[in-house]
Amino acid sequence: MSQTGTDRVKRGMAEMQKGGVIMDVVNAEQAKIAEEAGAVAVMALERVPADIRAAGGVARMADPTIVEEVMNAVSIPVMAKARIGHITEARVLEAMGVDYIDESEVLTPADEIYHIKKDDYTVPFVCGCRNLGEATRRIREGASMLRTKGEPGTGNIVEAVSHMRQVQSQIRHLRGLSEDEVMVYAKENGAPFDLLMEIREEGRLPVVNFAAGGIATPADASLMMQLGADGVFVGSGIFKSNNPEKFARAIVEATTHYDDYKLIGELSKDLGTAMKGMEMSNLTPEQRMQDRSQ
Amino acid sequence: MTTIGVLGLQGAFREHIRSVEATGSKAIVVKRKEQLEEIDGLIIPGGESTTIRRLIDRYEFLEPIRQFGESGKPIFGTCAGLILLASEIDGSYDVHLGVMDIKVRRNAFGRQRESFEASLDIEGVADDFNAVFIRAPYIEGVGGNTKVLARYDGHIVAAQQDQYLACSFHPELTDDHRLTEHFVKMVEETNKTLAL
Repeated sequence: MSQTGTDRVKRGMAEMQKGGVIMDVVNAEQAKIAEEAGAVAVMALERVPADIRAAGGVARMADPTIVEEVMNAVSIPVMAKARIGHITEARVLEAMGVDYIDESEVLTPADEIYHIKKDDYTVPFVCGCRNLGEATRRIREGASMLRTKGEPGTGNIVEAVSHMRQVQSQIRHLRGLSEDEVMVYAKENGAPFDLLMEIREEGRLPVVNFAAGGIATPADASLMMQLGADGVFVGSGIFKSNNPEKFARAIVEATTHYDDYKLIGELSKDLGTAMKGMEMSNLTPEQRMQDRSQ
Repeated sequence: MTTIGVLGLQGAFREHIRSVEATGSKAIVVKRKEQLEEIDGLIIPGGESTTIRRLIDRYEFLEPIRQFGESGKPIFGTCAGLILLASEIDGSYDVHLGVMDIKVRRNAFGRQRESFEASLDIEGVADDFNAVFIRAPYIEGVGGNTKVLARYDGHIVAAQQDQYLACSFHPELTDDHRLTEHFVKMVEETNKTLAL
């Protein structure tokens, strides 16, 4: 008797990724560079977030040819993005055998109100969150892994920092609440009461929470690990830099040894130019991907 | 007191620490090869075997871990850890530590959607053990000196060869600590023998 698609199997898969770096790739060649550099998984995309920003228009699930090409190129897990609420894109990716689906605000949402009911799927999902309310709603919908939303494709870490700090701080606050206060807190944050009680008891989320959205340097990766991230996603940062191989290796090492500052100093030498960043105040409300879902 | 180290380069090492502590032993995260001096037994956790291997190379862990095992000190590899211990890997993939006489197949049960949990009988260790398999490898064949401890669907998923213990699944993801306990006992017994 065996069971597939259980919470333990889906969440466990994310546990195995801890302390690792998940890299965005757009073809087999980049996927191999990522694997060689020590990535724990790759995210197969048609365009990295910075290019999605530049291209404008509607961003959708990648062409399955690209996803397949990446799946055939590497032996590490392959993730892919589906639009928020796009049940069919998610089912297609599941049928293709993708190892993890990112229901992602980087793509243009297909549904402005509802997310996918993710516990219906055998494949696990990762979702973005900015606070404990979003985190717990996504978990209750069936997300097996979380990540900060940050502000993707900007090369600016400020939003990811804010989202990681917010979730951590809310968990600390929750631990000090009495049971009757948790009910009001649940109401105010739109968070499922029973899940809040569980988090209050355990002192942590029941799934891993990675950092994502704006990580551009090894020092950024280390910063997010110090703030309590279980691992990092690097999107545009690697293949928008001058020397992707070196950059990818440096980010992996900085994530493993995030508190070894001498090492991070060494890793940061002569990396070439990091991606050009964007200042948050220059983004119009429509350009803020993090606000595309609640 | 027995100290168990858990290789902490990447993967689910904190869960192993918790599991060892639940058996009443001391556990430390090993991130530097010098720390091998401080421990009596080593657990190589689940994670991505290719990632862990890259980091093992970069921090020159390969030879020190081999020597650690050859000195008679026990090593327990789970999932990715099992792949790292194997002397032969299907598909001519690079052999890593190569200290255990087993041939393994990576991702042998399929991709993530085929990952599963099942109840196993582990010979001499535990009956009805809830085993969690995640993109798991299995053992295709073992050398004469290696004892098969458990099979699933006919495939070998746990084995022991002297001081080396390996399994395809993740004992650290459940609250059943019987397999970890078995390893801790192996370490305690070795401690006594090495002290003589």
